[in-house]
Amino acid sequence: MPELFAKSALHGQKPLTRAGVTLSEEVLGPITSVACFPGKRALVAAQLGGFPAPNRREGNLLWTGPEQAFLLGQAPDLSGLAATTDQSGGWAALRLNGETNKLLARLFPIDPRSLTEGTCLRTPLFHMSAVLTRDDKGVLILVFRSMARTAWDEIAHAMEMLQAREAIAG
Amino acid sequence: MRLAGKGLIDRSKPLNFTFDGRKFSGFQGDTLASALLANGVKLVGRSFKYHRPRGILTAGPEEPNALVEVLDPGSALQTPNTRATVQELYDGLAAKSQNRLGSLRFDLLSVNDYLSPFLSAGFYYKTFMWPRPFWEAIYEPIIRRAAGLGTLKRLHETADYEKAFAFCDLLVIGSGPAGLMAALTAARSGADVILTEQDTAPGGRLLSQDGQVDGAWVKATLAELASLNVRIMTRTTVIGAYDQGTYGAVERVGLHLAPQRHLPRECFWRIVAKQTVMATGALERPVAFANNDRPGIMLASAGQSYLHRHGVSPGAKVTLFATNDHARTVARQLKAEGVNIVALLDSRPDASTLEDFPVHLNAKITDTAGRHALKAISGTHHGGDFQLDTDCLLVSGGWNPTLALACHQNARPTWREDIAAFVPRPGMVPGLHAAGAANGTFSTHGALSEGRAAAEAALSALSLTPKSPDLPQAEDAPIRITPLWQIKGKGRAWLDFANDVTTKDVKLSAQEGYTSVEHMKRYTTQGMAPDQGKNSNVGALAVLADATGRSIPETGTTTFRAPFAPVSIGALGAGGQGRGFAPQRFLTSDQASRDRGAPMIEAGLWYRPSYFPKPGETDWRTSCNREVLMVRSSVGVADVSTLGKIDIQGKDAGRFLDLVYTNTFSTLPVGKVRYGLMLREDGFVMDDGTTARLGEHHFLMTTTTAAAGQVMRHLDFVHQAYCADWDVRFISVTESWAQFAVAGPMAKMLLNALLDEKLGDFPFMSCGEVAIEGVKARLFRISFSGEEGYEIAVPTPYGEALFRDLTAKAETLGGGLYGMEALNVLRIEKGFITHAEIHGRVTAYDIGMEKMVGKKDCIGKAQAARPGLIGPEREQLVGLRPLVQTEIASGAHLFTPGDRVERINDQGYVTSVCWSPTLGSWLGLAFLKNGRARHGQQIRLVDHMRKLDVLCEVTDPVFLDPKGEKLRA
Repeated sequence: MPELFAKSALHGQKPLTRAGVTLSEEVLGPITSVACFPGKRALVAAQLGGFPAPNRREGNLLWTGPEQAFLLGQAPDLSGLAATTDQSGGWAALRLNGETNKLLARLFPIDPRSLTEGTCLRTPLFHMSAVLTRDDKGVLILVFRSMARTAWDEIAHAMEMLQAREAIAG
Repeated sequence: MRLAGKGLIDRSKPLNFTFDGRKFSGFQGDTLASALLANGVKLVGRSFKYHRPRGILTAGPEEPNALVEVLDPGSALQTPNTRATVQELYDGLAAKSQNRLGSLRFDLLSVNDYLSPFLSAGFYYKTFMWPRPFWEAIYEPIIRRAAGLGTLKRLHETADYEKAFAFCDLLVIGSGPAGLMAALTAARSGADVILTEQDTAPGGRLLSQDGQVDGAWVKATLAELASLNVRIMTRTTVIGAYDQGTYGAVERVGLHLAPQRHLPRECFWRIVAKQTVMATGALERPVAFANNDRPGIMLASAGQSYLHRHGVSPGAKVTLFATNDHARTVARQLKAEGVNIVALLDSRPDASTLEDFPVHLNAKITDTAGRHALKAISGTHHGGDFQLDTDCLLVSGGWNPTLALACHQNARPTWREDIAAFVPRPGMVPGLHAAGAANGTFSTHGALSEGRAAAEAALSALSLTPKSPDLPQAEDAPIRITPLWQIKGKGRAWLDFANDVTTKDVKLSAQEGYTSVEHMKRYTTQGMAPDQGKNSNVGALAVLADATGRSIPETGTTTFRAPFAPVSIGALGAGGQGRGFAPQRFLTSDQASRDRGAPMIEAGLWYRPSYFPKPGETDWRTSCNREVLMVRSSVGVADVSTLGKIDIQGKDAGRFLDLVYTNTFSTLPVGKVRYGLMLREDGFVMDDGTTARLGEHHFLMTTTTAAAGQVMRHLDFVHQAYCADWDVRFISVTESWAQFAVAGPMAKMLLNALLDEKLGDFPFMSCGEVAIEGVKARLFRISFSGEEGYEIAVPTPYGEALFRDLTAKAETLGGGLYGMEALNVLRIEKGFITHAEIHGRVTAYDIGMEKMVGKKDCIGKAQAARPGLIGPEREQLVGLRPLVQTEIASGAHLFTPGDRVERINDQGYVTSVCWSPTLGSWLGLAFLKNGRARHGQQIRLVDHMRKLDVLCEVTDPVFLDPKGEKLRA
């Protein structure tokens, strides 16, 4: 067991609920980037039980770029087939639960209705580069760990504005 | 004057407001303009240049005159140039008039009006030529003070602004009869529809005009649209048509209410539509006659709107002046409400006179009277000269389709003689279909019919089968216009109310040779005010056509550009205000550094500790000196996680590095680190750093903090452009590892106190895997300080814990943390470069690393060998030491002693300086012409900004331990 304490990007941050959406930090397990070497995609897919097409997610594999995916979990030995790196600590994961479409329309340049389960996009979040997906638990946003506070603040601000808007509606 | 029982206002909700400090009341549903009119206030502003008294001309967003400042209750903020015709009334609204010196009634600058013969278009080009220095010092400030609109408080904007994105099959812009019918047709046919409306409620002209169509139809249509999930966006103005069906739109979210915490004032929408129906309606245009700008003179459509929407009569004794049939309807409706119609003056000789009020044909108005409000008009008609006492003149010069959006991609509209107006042509913006008045079809029936047809065309493009609704019964009267642009005669006749441009100015422009409509616009400033010429463009070019003997279509229009309506900077920059400008990047050690009182400085987006003050240390240099000596004598710890880390794998990884670096990496043994230099394609230095070989086909590249993104982009470019088929993959792992420099003679001792296994032989430029406190880590023996140095990397979640443990143990050894300032001094003492030196204009030769450009090929090699990039004429990296110990500064320039200090004798410049506590001397790094041949010579360092003039000795850039014995220890 490590003697060093591990901390998540937003250690101690309490969830925030506004306008019917709850924002919380999610602590993911290991994240491994898998980049197929030329011509090895099929072999990698055989090893991993699939490999996602662009803008898709397949099981615990998130598409993150051409021939590249993030595996939520430990990768088997893929030497010679794909380059793998440990990305576990490099990303902060933010979870959105609830009626998220109006909020998503204020965060990402995408049609929120197109973010169905199984979709996984690389898309900007304000001035940050994010990975955006929806799983059975809701919307999941990954941002660079160092930018986690900015991402939280920007999303929280958008939620506050949305709530103020709803207060004057009707 | 309020009319009983009329209007769409809620009389059960009275609202109090103030204008110029005077208290008034209005009702829910009023605009500021309608409430002022209801209270008998006619004078609301002063004109831009001549400070003429001005009232309300329109009832919509095109208003050129009634611009006011809205004051934020409870704060010092104010919003200038708010259109009173758009600003909705809320309880407590405080507004004031603008562009005046003194009170609104007695504006001292109205003297300009009497000076008008000297102030015509282009006057300042001619009048204020001499003496030359007076322009900037005296004339321009005076003119600027006298001209202009609202003012700003120069405070930071504290309000919230929102941005949002929307997507749809069909965007319908405008919710008048054409827009409603288009939306209904498309929604019934299964399209995903967004309907935008700049006004507070959907309906367009149906709100302002009675009896166009059965009121029940509108209600039923709106209900059906809602049930079909059509997104109806009111208070939303589409301001631009951009590529690929993207439209910009501004929504007034909270501007109709007193400010509330977190309630955005506006939202900037980016709407992406597969197809678009432009049903933006048409704007009525005035006629240019002498003194046509007095308060009380407004457009007929505005009078109609105030009557039907707000239950306000525009005046007590109303006269109308028209070139077409529309004004008659307005007159009849006013008459029906008991308003006294003095006369209808019809400019046409052949119109009907059968009305319930006096009608005069062949009429021309030649003058008006009344300083602060209209009192009388005079002119001629079929019966001779006339003079009429009247307090309100409603003018209708015809209609201009609102077609700006169709022109935003630089297509020009076409002229239609029968309605004397420009209309859009099909296909001006791909996927955009114009319908209704925006397309020059002015009747309500025509609008409904075209709205349906436009939707059908859009549906066909969307491969949807139209399920078209039947058209309701609607008004279908022709407009019957005989164009009249100006009434020539004595006195000034206004075209552009917002920028005070008269027919005389346009004629002068033509007379001076500015006959192109674009030149006329710039010479007279017509169309350049906040209303962007909505009321005046067509009129002005008609006058220009007349002055130059051309037809209107020959004269052409000026260029229509986005935004269609004024957009506040706050809305435009929504999401980018304050800290939203860029993300902040925080180290895992951020809190630990702040706990120790370290001032944080920005390094790119990162926040890094500048220095770590100890009790009693009152200035940064004391702390910095201590930290430098601490590293040189015991051990220092610094967070270097900000450096870019790129993981490179594959059989061709070594080959790839050989291509991007000037030196060779394919020969680097596993477990070793090498310094590398990277050039841009143009041969100049892009970045430097170290790369470690972790395995046979596995490298880890380190970049500088500043160029991490640039290097990543460059690698992607090189890979995709030159060697896409190579067996190489790379990805940033900057965020995955927290990395700490441990430097100083006791560095190894400190590491051994924490490593799970003591470090064996680990020579300079080694790397390997270790375990530290039970965590797998990477260790690199590299040095940016010249001392025995290591960098240890752990997965980011452990970063803070390791940082705190390293710090505690280091302090036990007499060492501790060092910040960016000490890091900088340490590297200058050692002559290591940063982006202060490799700033984008230096070559490998300049920094003395030309030998690193090896025999093999690499990116930038050929370009680096161009003539002029190698030779004694180049400024080369040198060290500087002042002969007498005195402060020197980077940015200073170098001169050969004895030369005159002037640009032509410039020998180079200083890039980095520090006080070296180790050497007890000021040190500098500089670029000096032929510098490497000048070691030992003297050079004069001059800095005019800081008033420095110091003689220095030119030295080798490495001041400390030139043989590198310490870092190899």
